[in-house]
Amino acid sequence: MSALLHVENISKRFGGFVALDGINLEVRQGERLGLIGPNGSGKSTLVNCICGALQNEDGQVHFDGAPMNGLAAHERTHRGLARSFQLPRPFHSLNLADNIRVPMLYTVHKRTGPLHADSVDARCVELLSLVGLDRKARQMPRDLTQVEMRKLELARAVAAEPKLLIADESMAGLSHSEIEDILALLMRLNERGITIILIEHIMSAVMKFSQRLAVLVSGKKIADGKPEDVIKDREVVGAYLGQ
Amino acid sequence: MNTLQFSIVSIVIGAAVWLCGHLLGVGYVFFAGYTILQFIVLASAWNILGGYCGYVNFGSAAFFALGAYTTVFFYKFNPLPIPLLIVIAAVVCGIVGFGMGYLTLRLRGAFFAIATLAMAVVLQTLVVNWDYVGGSRGAYIVRAENIQIGGFAIDYIEYLFLLMTALAIIAVGTSRLIARTQLGFGFATIRDDELAAEASGVPTLRLKLIATTVSGALMGMAGAPFPYYIGYLQPASAFGLEYGVNSIAMPIIGGTTNWVGPLIGAILLGSLQQLATVTISSAVNLLIVGLLLVFFVVLAPNGLVGLVQDRLNAWRKK
Amino acid sequence: MDVSLLINAIVAGLLLGGFYAAVTAGVSISFGMLDIVNIAHPAFIILGSYIAYFAASSLGADPILVSVLAMPLFYALGVAIYQVYYLSFERRGQESLRGLAFFFGLLFVTEVTLILTFGVDYRYVEAVYIGPSLHWGDIDFPLRMVVPCAAALVMFSALHLFVTHTFTGRAIMAVSQDQLALQLMAADPIRIKRIAFGVSIATASLAGALLIIIQPVEPSVGREYIGRVFAICVLGGLGSLPGSLVAAMLLGVMESLTSTFYGPSWAPAVSFGFLLLTLAFRPSGLFGR
Repeated sequence: MSALLHVENISKRFGGFVALDGINLEVRQGERLGLIGPNGSGKSTLVNCICGALQNEDGQVHFDGAPMNGLAAHERTHRGLARSFQLPRPFHSLNLADNIRVPMLYTVHKRTGPLHADSVDARCVELLSLVGLDRKARQMPRDLTQVEMRKLELARAVAAEPKLLIADESMAGLSHSEIEDILALLMRLNERGITIILIEHIMSAVMKFSQRLAVLVSGKKIADGKPEDVIKDREVVGAYLGQ
Repeated sequence: MNTLQFSIVSIVIGAAVWLCGHLLGVGYVFFAGYTILQFIVLASAWNILGGYCGYVNFGSAAFFALGAYTTVFFYKFNPLPIPLLIVIAAVVCGIVGFGMGYLTLRLRGAFFAIATLAMAVVLQTLVVNWDYVGGSRGAYIVRAENIQIGGFAIDYIEYLFLLMTALAIIAVGTSRLIARTQLGFGFATIRDDELAAEASGVPTLRLKLIATTVSGALMGMAGAPFPYYIGYLQPASAFGLEYGVNSIAMPIIGGTTNWVGPLIGAILLGSLQQLATVTISSAVNLLIVGLLLVFFVVLAPNGLVGLVQDRLNAWRKK
Repeated sequence: MDVSLLINAIVAGLLLGGFYAAVTAGVSISFGMLDIVNIAHPAFIILGSYIAYFAASSLGADPILVSVLAMPLFYALGVAIYQVYYLSFERRGQESLRGLAFFFGLLFVTEVTLILTFGVDYRYVEAVYIGPSLHWGDIDFPLRMVVPCAAALVMFSALHLFVTHTFTGRAIMAVSQDQLALQLMAADPIRIKRIAFGVSIATASLAGALLIIIQPVEPSVGREYIGRVFAICVLGGLGSLPGSLVAAMLLGVMESLTSTFYGPSWAPAVSFGFLLLTLAFRPSGLFGR
């Protein structure tokens, strides 16, 4: 299997602060990668650089065989890269169905040509039901709980029909059964062929889900391998897991 | 009501208003009405970028003045019929709008707003130093007493009023059309959360450029007949603060999220200002606008349309 | 080229730059550190000018002294405005469009109120140090520029010391970078921001007095300063007081040279043009700072 995503030696600085320092990461087609690390280690910065919300200073991001440097975020989404935001960012003036409609109209349409309005509507409701929000399709984001907003966030990312989905802390604040639901959803998506990077602090979920685990600390990748090996790595334990 | 029906209805209304004024022979109606129609265009145009996309443009006066000075330029060079001047102004201002957007739209909203203000001052300085169009001394435009249209002679001011009515219909119609199409949907995502919009595949820069170009072109069109209306054009009046503040105040007071808000805001606020100018003074009327702007922005951010919608929603829930 | 003309232009520019630094200090705090786009700041400076004018012409008081005494009033005004701003916008997370419109409205209301109260004639003050000049060879140091520059630098230094050496001042620097950390330090970010904004407006009082010493003032003069102030802020690096001092001097010199060699009617374009160029070619993305 070839690498779907190849992050090659990227660095990102904010003024004097080095957020990412020569990160190398490969994700194979169809893989489930877990990405963990303490707060402030650069996980979100890495996601932002991969997805184009930030431009990395050094290095190159390759996705699906093509270099991504310089491409705007929306272009990367068109090519199959989707992400959810750590702090949910819904479109407040649109109802839930319309929130889901955005990536459909602007990403999926672009790839496959215009869909019939009815099938778009049906697809929106279908995606909302995946996360259990179909009954609230006509409601506004401000009427949702924090947890429901995270689910909407995930559903919206999935609506872009990505090849690679980066789920950034989608499970924070969820109950045990809700975590199981999201995990099951992500598994199903993975079975359909979507490569997934899961960024989480909930170690049980990460361990259950990941085929491979990478650890980011202070802008550097300090471990990358099989989950059961990584969690025993001394540096990882010292820097993040503790005991 | 689809776009064609809307256009017909608005043309009918516009023609009816004009006819009333013409038959009643009240000249003041045309003078005051022209100003209000002008504000309808400016408010609707501003709202396309400001209300729909969430990008505040403080430089509306610059586009308006640019349209006016395009007319002055041709008046001195080779006078052209006003409808043609309107088209030229639209093209010129559309290009300037595009250019301004290209330079500044990558910036965060706050920087963009300041940049628009900067552009307005730079443009004003250029015009003040350009003697061909009169510079700071100003330029005189002589207009004819009346004009022949299809065999009928009408007062020139009535002609200007007709033109401005047409422009108002175009501006409101464009604003409404955008709101009903995917373009308007895309604008709303930019306003709500630009980062999320980009991540969802919305080509935000391209859409914002469309907004600045259309908005700039419409404002320029509003400015093109102005020199003929006013007779003597000076940079201070063309670039005047009243155009800037009204373009912002009217949509905010009326309501920024749809096309009706700027229309209502322009009619109400425009009429109020005409009243205040005539009864009190023009400085006081500007003060009223400023106070209303602050008041609405703080207490009724969705404008009059928003207040009405809230009332309707509350009433429906009963 | 006449060398003494050049040198005089540069000196005038540096003196002007010192004054610009004082004018910008307030915005450096409100925009650079608090992320509040207070475009009404120049209007408050003009308000300060008129207060100084009023006190000077009716009581014969020294404008700078009056402005320092008026600072607590301006501070209170700043606190009040921040309260409204916070309750209406910051809390709801709708700062961008509404906040800008709010301050634009304030700018407008202030300017028009001044027009209605004082009219559109230019006002100026009389003081002992307006008129005479120091000379050193061919170079003139008009006191009406030297004194404001000196006062400006004093205020600027005081602010810098405040921000780097007092708890409140450091908290203000911190709140711009990490609100959460500040909360963990048991300081109330909202209170800190309120103080900061109050200080920001208080500087306008002194800046206004200095302005009317340097040049005659009428209500719309504030608008010329909007571009200058934000240009300096951006050039100097948002939130950096020393940076904005350097940028202010640079802008002052550039304006002075333009004015001397191309005529004063081009001067406004310099700062605004500079601002546009800086904004256009800075590599700032949506996150860019």
